[in-house]
Amino acid sequence: MISTQLPALQVVIPLLAGPTCLLLHHSRLSWGLATSASWVALFISLALLDQVLATGPISYELGGWAAPWGIEYRIDEINAFVLLIISGISAITISFARASIEHEVHNKQVYLVYTGWMLCLSGLLGIAITGDVFNVFVFLEISSLSSYLLISLSRDRRALTAAFRYLVMGTIGATFILIGIALLYMMTGTLNMSDLAARIPSVSDTRTVKIAFAFLTAGIGLKAAMFPMHFWLPNAYAYAPSAISALFAGTATKVAIYLLLRFFFTIFGVEFSFETMKLDRILLPLALAGIFVASTVAIFQTDIKRMLGYSSIAQIGYMVLGVSLVSVTGVTAAILHLFNHALMKTALFVALGCVFFRVGSVTRGDLAGIGYAMPWTMGAFVLGGLSLVGIPLTVGFISKWYLIVAALEQQMWWLAGLVLISSLLALVYVWRVIEIAYFGTPGDRSTEIKEAPATLLIPTWILITANIYFGVDTSLTVGVAERAAQALLGNVS
Amino acid sequence: MSPELTAVLAVIVPFLGSIGIGLLDQYPNPRETVTLILAATLFLLVLSLIPAVTAGHHPGLRLVEVMPGVSLALEVEPLGLLFALIASGLWIVTSVYSIGYMRGNHESHQTRYYICFAIALSATMGVAFAANMFTLFVFYEVLTLSTYPLVAHKGTDEAKQGARVYLVLLISTSIGFLLLAMLWTWQAAGTLDFVKGGILRDRVDPGLLPLLLALYLFGIGKAALMPFHRWLPSAMVAPTPVSALLHAVAVVKAGVFTVVKVTIYIFGIELLQDTNASTFMMWIAAFTLLAASLIAMTKDNLKARLAYSTVSQLAYITLGAMLVNTTAMIGAAMHIATHAFGKITLFFCAGAIYVATHKTQISEMNGLGRVMPFTYGAMLVGTLSIIGLPPFGGLWSKWYLAIGTLEASQWIMLSVLLISSLLNIAYLLPIPIYGFFGKTSGQPMATSIKEAPLPMVFALMFTAAGCVVLFLFPGMLYGLTALLF
Repeated sequence: MISTQLPALQVVIPLLAGPTCLLLHHSRLSWGLATSASWVALFISLALLDQVLATGPISYELGGWAAPWGIEYRIDEINAFVLLIISGISAITISFARASIEHEVHNKQVYLVYTGWMLCLSGLLGIAITGDVFNVFVFLEISSLSSYLLISLSRDRRALTAAFRYLVMGTIGATFILIGIALLYMMTGTLNMSDLAARIPSVSDTRTVKIAFAFLTAGIGLKAAMFPMHFWLPNAYAYAPSAISALFAGTATKVAIYLLLRFFFTIFGVEFSFETMKLDRILLPLALAGIFVASTVAIFQTDIKRMLGYSSIAQIGYMVLGVSLVSVTGVTAAILHLFNHALMKTALFVALGCVFFRVGSVTRGDLAGIGYAMPWTMGAFVLGGLSLVGIPLTVGFISKWYLIVAALEQQMWWLAGLVLISSLLALVYVWRVIEIAYFGTPGDRSTEIKEAPATLLIPTWILITANIYFGVDTSLTVGVAERAAQALLGNVS
Repeated sequence: MSPELTAVLAVIVPFLGSIGIGLLDQYPNPRETVTLILAATLFLLVLSLIPAVTAGHHPGLRLVEVMPGVSLALEVEPLGLLFALIASGLWIVTSVYSIGYMRGNHESHQTRYYICFAIALSATMGVAFAANMFTLFVFYEVLTLSTYPLVAHKGTDEAKQGARVYLVLLISTSIGFLLLAMLWTWQAAGTLDFVKGGILRDRVDPGLLPLLLALYLFGIGKAALMPFHRWLPSAMVAPTPVSALLHAVAVVKAGVFTVVKVTIYIFGIELLQDTNASTFMMWIAAFTLLAASLIAMTKDNLKARLAYSTVSQLAYITLGAMLVNTTAMIGAAMHIATHAFGKITLFFCAGAIYVATHKTQISEMNGLGRVMPFTYGAMLVGTLSIIGLPPFGGLWSKWYLAIGTLEASQWIMLSVLLISSLLNIAYLLPIPIYGFFGKTSGQPMATSIKEAPLPMVFALMFTAAGCVVLFLFPGMLYGLTALLF
């Protein structure tokens, strides 16, 4: 039965599509293949989520080797949801990518983009789907190495330094994670996640496990661009080709946040992570600092892609904040924001991709008056921006609502206040763009600028519609996030 | 057509119409026709709701549940109907006036202007017919966002600066305080529905009620309580029809309307009476009332003076709500209507003077009344109505407010109202008086000055007449507001 093989196909299809794109050596053909593979991946993750919601967690033994010796793919609510986010964002952005990539990447290298894209996608999906920690590392490397490639393919030569910085920081992060995994293996003799979860409590008072915990926290934090380990992110997003920035904004850091949840809650367990190690006391201040510092820095950026990069760091802060509250509502808020932020940030990057396609720049000054030249593009940007600020009827509002409710549940009034104040910073940086786009004096070239083509606008507006749809009908997102949070926090009420 | 459907249509018709306006970008005459048709349609829709409400029904519709206990829902109740009637009725007049003003002034981006205007009205209807605090909040924010382009309309640095203050103050109060208050309410009561008698009794510690009330009232930045009133003077950079309909009627009244709704349907009058939780906010309102009047006296720019006068008049309504008795509440609700007619007339006059003479400073307007008799006649009517003298509508609302202070035995508040009326005389009445009798300073008045374009004069005469009608027939106004209790 094919349906029982879905977990393997989820990873294998993009993994095979990657090298095939390389062999095809043709821009359009490789795009066509990658796009079909991406959409198939989306349907597989939808089917998996449906199956998980209906019948509970799925366990799949790769190659028929039984866990804990073989590699187990284990899918429950949380990673089914993450798989959906990754494959969904990839499917939409790759549909957007064709015109945008041809415009921003050297003609002869276009097929490489799709090769890298497929490898990156299979890596990200693999991280999310696997139940084996060493497998996590392997997929992490696949996705990271292909990310470096994708960033450096941009025509902008500054992308090379950005990619190199990302490479250095990413490698440090991956190495830390590997050290953590190795230490755990040393203490427990297993790499299977559920085995680890069962065996760690008996050795949890050893220094080795605590050190492993520290290495994993730092390594995953780096990958998630958690403040203050975020320096690689803004330039990587700013100089990568637009479609690639959009893909990363919606997927890469999200997977790292997923790992954070998986390691802290499932593997180490709530008791060890938050009572023995008191991780929440570090996460909470770091999250707040990240939110405020990155939002403030974002206000002063003139390159809008870099501005959105800083904004992403702040938004990751909100997710970490939800995690640090260690309650069902808090983790629900974090998981919700994982989904919601992927929608809003990808939408914004894609809209900027449309701008770049026509204007050739996303510096604030060059956007003067384009609200009239490109009404659909900037309309999308305005709605995406409002979602980022958290205006009601957008997904951003739903995230914020749950986060504040989680803070109020624990009588943390000051925290609720700070979260609300921080969203005003988002208003400021979003509005600086909107104001110049609609009320700035257009430059000399403005008469040549036309609206972006429909091939770019349709994916953009699909994302914007999703931003509003999931801001009104929250039954799917909240429902899944709540179930996932309850599963993660299983043993505490 | 069922009243439920009518209420929904009232919210979406102007919004859909704005698309039509956008499509007719290149054709000014059909475009303005669409605006007029929309305004008329909306008014008729709202009018058709009257029989159901006066019969005691509250037609309502739950559209979608966004989160547990939080849904988008509409419900027509007397106060909302009153507000919707005023806003939609005056939209017709303002549209006529707008056409004269925007064309007379050769303004740019007129399509954007009419689109945003229609969306703002759509949001106003949403505020008026919201069945719960969440729905109200949604439309409240849409109203802020849709009026931003109207404030920044001119695109000059001054306009952008004013619009920034406008947006930042309104959004930050609503997100910083109002949303927090809503979340607190939801956390405590599990619902945000507007329920007669309130939803907070025994749900929130009575000692914390004043704090929650303060969060609500300061959070409703559109009610312009000090110290969060600066956005209103800043909004005066907008074209005058915007100041007239939005910043004297729709936006600011949406603010005080929300104050009254929160008082009646979230807290409940009895709860506030029992706990005296509203005392602090009553004093804030009294302070705003007097301080804004005093500031108004120092302003020479006509629209700035009117803006501070509005801040002061809005505080009347908040004060009335905070007195928490039915008479004061009726006075507050009636003041929403009577002040709307008075103030929109004054703004129409200010715009007419600007189009005819390009003067903005009161000190330069001496003697203008002799060449613009219709405009200045209407201005005198509006002034007297706002002061609260017969035979103009403003008398009634101030009458009930004053009786309300007596019922609450708040002698100080009564004297605040009386002092303020004297201040109203001091800062408003000189404008028409100097207009009619003042000596023109410097060179003689240019003979070319004459009345503004006909649509504008028609509009301001119409609203001035409205002030008289409200005096002669207060029964309908009173009838609707009395249905609240």
